[in-house]
Amino acid sequence: MGSAPAISPMVIFLASIFTSNMVLSNFLGMCSFISVSSEYKTASGLGKAVLLVMVFTTVFNWLIYHYIMIPLGLDYLRYLIFIIVIAATVQIIEMFMDRYLTDLHMKLGIFLPLITVNCAILGISLFMIIRSYSFLQTLLFGIGSGLGWWLAIAALAAIREKMAGNELPPGLAGPAITFIITGIMALAFVGFSGIFVVM
Amino acid sequence: MTVLFTVLSLSVLATVLAGLVSLADFRLNNYGVCTIDINDGARQLEVKGGSSLLSSLASQKVFIPSACGGKATCGLCKVTMVESAGPVLPTEEPFISEEEREAGVRLACQLKVKHDLKIKIPEELFNIKQYRTRVSEIVQLTHDIKQFRFELLEPQTIDFKAGQYVQIDSKPYDKVKEAVSRAYSISSVPSEKNIVELIIRLVPGGICTTFMHEHVNEGDEITFAGPFGDFYLRDGADELVFIAGGSGLAPIRSLVLDILEKNLDKKMKFFFGAVRRRDLYYVDFFRELEEKYENFEYIPALSGAAPEDEWDGETGLITDVVARHVPDGVNRQAYLCGSPGMINACVQVLTKIGFDRSAIFFDEF
Repeated sequence: MGSAPAISPMVIFLASIFTSNMVLSNFLGMCSFISVSSEYKTASGLGKAVLLVMVFTTVFNWLIYHYIMIPLGLDYLRYLIFIIVIAATVQIIEMFMDRYLTDLHMKLGIFLPLITVNCAILGISLFMIIRSYSFLQTLLFGIGSGLGWWLAIAALAAIREKMAGNELPPGLAGPAITFIITGIMALAFVGFSGIFVVM
Repeated sequence: MTVLFTVLSLSVLATVLAGLVSLADFRLNNYGVCTIDINDGARQLEVKGGSSLLSSLASQKVFIPSACGGKATCGLCKVTMVESAGPVLPTEEPFISEEEREAGVRLACQLKVKHDLKIKIPEELFNIKQYRTRVSEIVQLTHDIKQFRFELLEPQTIDFKAGQYVQIDSKPYDKVKEAVSRAYSISSVPSEKNIVELIIRLVPGGICTTFMHEHVNEGDEITFAGPFGDFYLRDGADELVFIAGGSGLAPIRSLVLDILEKNLDKKMKFFFGAVRRRDLYYVDFFRELEEKYENFEYIPALSGAAPEDEWDGETGLITDVVARHVPDGVNRQAYLCGSPGMINACVQVLTKIGFDRSAIFFDEF
């Protein structure tokens, strides 16, 4: 992999929220995005949990990649290793939260196993490798992507809640209208492009 | 060579991670020994923290009723927390009303024991024991219903009210790796203290009913816990209406025999609904009771009798049959046992006839 790109970590941070939002620009993490976005409170809870997991897993994966995998030449195993690390990290986070952050665990705890298989989590780990980010860039990339995902699902849930009373043509209710809303939101986010260029 | 190295490094990594998770589990999930104070000191239990309240209590032989085994789908395992043990979890929300939340009611299967707890449970639950029994007789009553007779080994006697149920522990079999616990009403009379009879219908795909029907033979040992339930005879009426379908006959049989044995001055009508003649059982038994006792009437009804059934008894839906035979709710109580659908329909018909909602008792799993 090449050397770290000369982009300020802050730019990466802001870009991952707006111009290359994980779910609205890269279309990653769609299943839980579509299925858990009918209520604002649950959606926001899931968003926070995704943020938490994203930060920890990108950091751990970066460390493991640069200090274990590269020296041993195991780059070709990154998909497998990242996924195993993500699964283990989520388990440990859940146990830690249950013990020390019980209130938080009561609210977010049920989402954590769901997030392990969220492809956005694996996605950002792989992206930071492809783009050869440095540690600081990776950290801010993880935080930003998490915030961006949270922003997107919270906005979607708010829209769906507002639309809840309205009558839709049969067949459009549920996933169908959600996809349409997501597409329109993605279009809206295109308006941010050009502000921060990272890709 | 690369292949070997790959396999090796992946294995090592996976092992290290698994070790980390186990270590975290040991350090973080280790809640030490917690004390559970029940009913203001009536009993004090010492349990190892980290498991659900339901299983922690069960490990100390205090059995809270549970029909779903901890999956938060039956809502039977309610206990009252004297001191708050945290907010109600999303999985408990559908089962705990606003007033219950304020009173501190929680589902024992969802609450994890992390520190000392003070709880309140109904007194009757202390009477609940675990019984080791031997199957002494299996009778095939219909094509899908079997009657099981259990001889109590330890303890040797059971004290229950007619209408209550026990929870049987199934064992793993074939592809089923888990042991589950399911509730079945007692069909024998309370006066027979050394045995328990259950009537079990084979439910397609049901873990416990399949276990009982296909993997249990006479002479096998079975454990169950009980007695549970608040479906039993109440004072307040001289005329009783019993309605049952399928295996719902079980608690009704126990109630009817108990009432006749105790010579209680009650007039009883027992409506049993089935589809075809082959779904009927104990017909002669109840007809004989009808002849012997003038205060007991047995009315079986078929809703889908075929010509070959040669049925000359009542026909139609059980609700219609009940409406034909019961004029009003004056001085009457109704005891129902059957599927949720049947019970809903019967409650509607009975209230229309004039029964007070508080005079209708039912048992639905």
